Amino acid sequence: MQFFFEVLIGGLLAGVMYSLVALGFVLIFKASGVFNFAQGAMVLFAALTFVSLEERGLPRWGALVATLLVMVLLALVIERIVLRPLVNQPAISLLMATIGLTFCIEGLAQGVWGASVKGLDLGIPDNTFEVKGVLVSQFDLFAATVAGLLVGVLALFFQYTKVGRALRAVADDHQAALSVGIPLQYIWAVVWAAAGAVALVAGLLWGSRLGVQFALSVITLKALPVIILGGFTSIAGAIVGGLIIGATEKLAEVYLGPVLGGGIENWFPYVFALLFLLVRPEGLFGEKRIERV
Amino acid sequence: MLYREAGQFRTSYRADQRIFPIVQDRVAMGALLLVAFVAIPLWGNQYLLSALLIPCLILSLATLGLNILTGYAGQLSLGTAGFMAVGAFAAYGFQLRTPHVPLLVAFLLSGLCAAAVGTAFGLPSLRIKGLYLAVATLASQFFIEWLFTRVGWFSNDSSSGVINAQAMVIAGVPLDTPVRRYLLVLSVVSVLALAAKNLVRSRAGRAWMAVRDMDVAAEVIGIPMLRTKLSAFAISSFYCGVAGALWAFAHLRSVEPQEFDLTRSFQILTMVIIGGMGSVLGSFLGAGFIILLPLLLQSAMQGAFGNALRPGLEPNIEQFVFGSLIILFLILEPQGLARLWQVTKEKLRLWPFPH
Repeated sequence: MQFFFEVLIGGLLAGVMYSLVALGFVLIFKASGVFNFAQGAMVLFAALTFVSLEERGLPRWGALVATLLVMVLLALVIERIVLRPLVNQPAISLLMATIGLTFCIEGLAQGVWGASVKGLDLGIPDNTFEVKGVLVSQFDLFAATVAGLLVGVLALFFQYTKVGRALRAVADDHQAALSVGIPLQYIWAVVWAAAGAVALVAGLLWGSRLGVQFALSVITLKALPVIILGGFTSIAGAIVGGLIIGATEKLAEVYLGPVLGGGIENWFPYVFALLFLLVRPEGLFGEKRIERV
Repeated sequence: MLYREAGQFRTSYRADQRIFPIVQDRVAMGALLLVAFVAIPLWGNQYLLSALLIPCLILSLATLGLNILTGYAGQLSLGTAGFMAVGAFAAYGFQLRTPHVPLLVAFLLSGLCAAAVGTAFGLPSLRIKGLYLAVATLASQFFIEWLFTRVGWFSNDSSSGVINAQAMVIAGVPLDTPVRRYLLVLSVVSVLALAAKNLVRSRAGRAWMAVRDMDVAAEVIGIPMLRTKLSAFAISSFYCGVAGALWAFAHLRSVEPQEFDLTRSFQILTMVIIGGMGSVLGSFLGAGFIILLPLLLQSAMQGAFGNALRPGLEPNIEQFVFGSLIILFLILEPQGLARLWQVTKEKLRLWPFPH
């Protein structure tokens, strides 16, 4: 039983890391209806920029601020060059555009900063300690706290600021939002910048865990089952989905893995999310679609 | 002037229903086939055949498969390469365990295996739609990849992960030269492309397009949703399966799961988008474009910078340009290369007159 809880908690904490990436997806989907496949590439880009700036002698805070600025700049460029010309295109075109964007960002990141694996040490010790006989990783706990804070800040931002209210209006109905004078382009730039900032946080945490390398871009694909489980439009869904995926993935690996031959972590979340969707096609917290002819 | 339908009257339903109603199209198609079947095998060199034409044709077939599913039936799939892997491993299995089955029959059977797997993974499409479905198809991709890597029965317990495909023999003739392999690929692709072209203008094709345009409306006017969606998945996977078998046997001559990873799925999706969704011709144009592009880029960069570039930078530039081109295409010509060809045809009708 103790072992079970250990696996469960390890899974939940790992799930928080998925949630961080999923959060970026949800932010963008909520506000612009774009399914942003490039979120993983943005995570890689942010982490790589931060590490490389630090390597070139910038102090930690300097590198953080500079990377944040770069992410905002990237958001502005994406909005201007990619999104604006594609307004009102079908969802699949936008999805394809973000796949193209993924190639662009990955090429750019590795072209500018080099493709070698870089270590990243945030100075957070990765010790484990015991809580009632269950081992917990300190680093995972830190990551979970950061994710929790981020969600809290975003929730407050969405709920209580003028920009946040405008964001929700745009998410609800583009046309109606435009007609009451909300500048769509500005909102999109804000959302992409916010997603860039979230990507930076995710990139730092993932990067210090796995090293900053190309694989980051692939691992973050795991955020996809998280968001279909949680629902595309729900921030809470991203968190809860991440926890569920993280926990079931680890439990499945430990308890089903030996039976099936190991390595099932790679596909289990997807199949799990798929089965879940069969029961609830719009995810846990997604909006129910009403289709009319 | 040259390309006009004026004076060509169709006086029977038969004439009206031809695939190429205009004489010029038929002549051009005949000439193209003549070049492909006769001139290229006679004069094409090895590089052209094995590095360009064979992969290009095989990927065209896979693109055609995805185009049936995504372009015609409107079900976005990110699991194409998984179905290709099913085809490749099934062909390997048939050749290994039932060696007396002729090669082409084995390919056909492996296509059917892929179709069965595709149908199974298509079942959720009845309940899940749009982007949710796209992510759900990733499940098939990762599951199939894992299955072939981990379960030894499929790879005959090969330890290296790279299995040599059996030598191809058809009716006692070994297909051991690029020319022969090219002819096999070309024949299979031609037959299947013709079948696809006819399929999409048949009742089934119209049902797919109705579902694509709006599935609720299609259901209301009496199109059976179950049959239409599943048939799209089955036929699409059949094409992908055959393409996968050809990719392993005629192109790589080895069977390996890594060849059918997510990147391949994205590559084929890109081919569909660049070529043009819902177009048979577009599948070929898209595949050709995506295969040629890296080669052209490489030689362009060689020409522009020589060897002055930092080593390892080239693939990154390539990737960047590749991504930019996808975005550019989506902005400038969302309907892809096939649409450009249509525009050209319209222009050719009038040329050299302005109206």
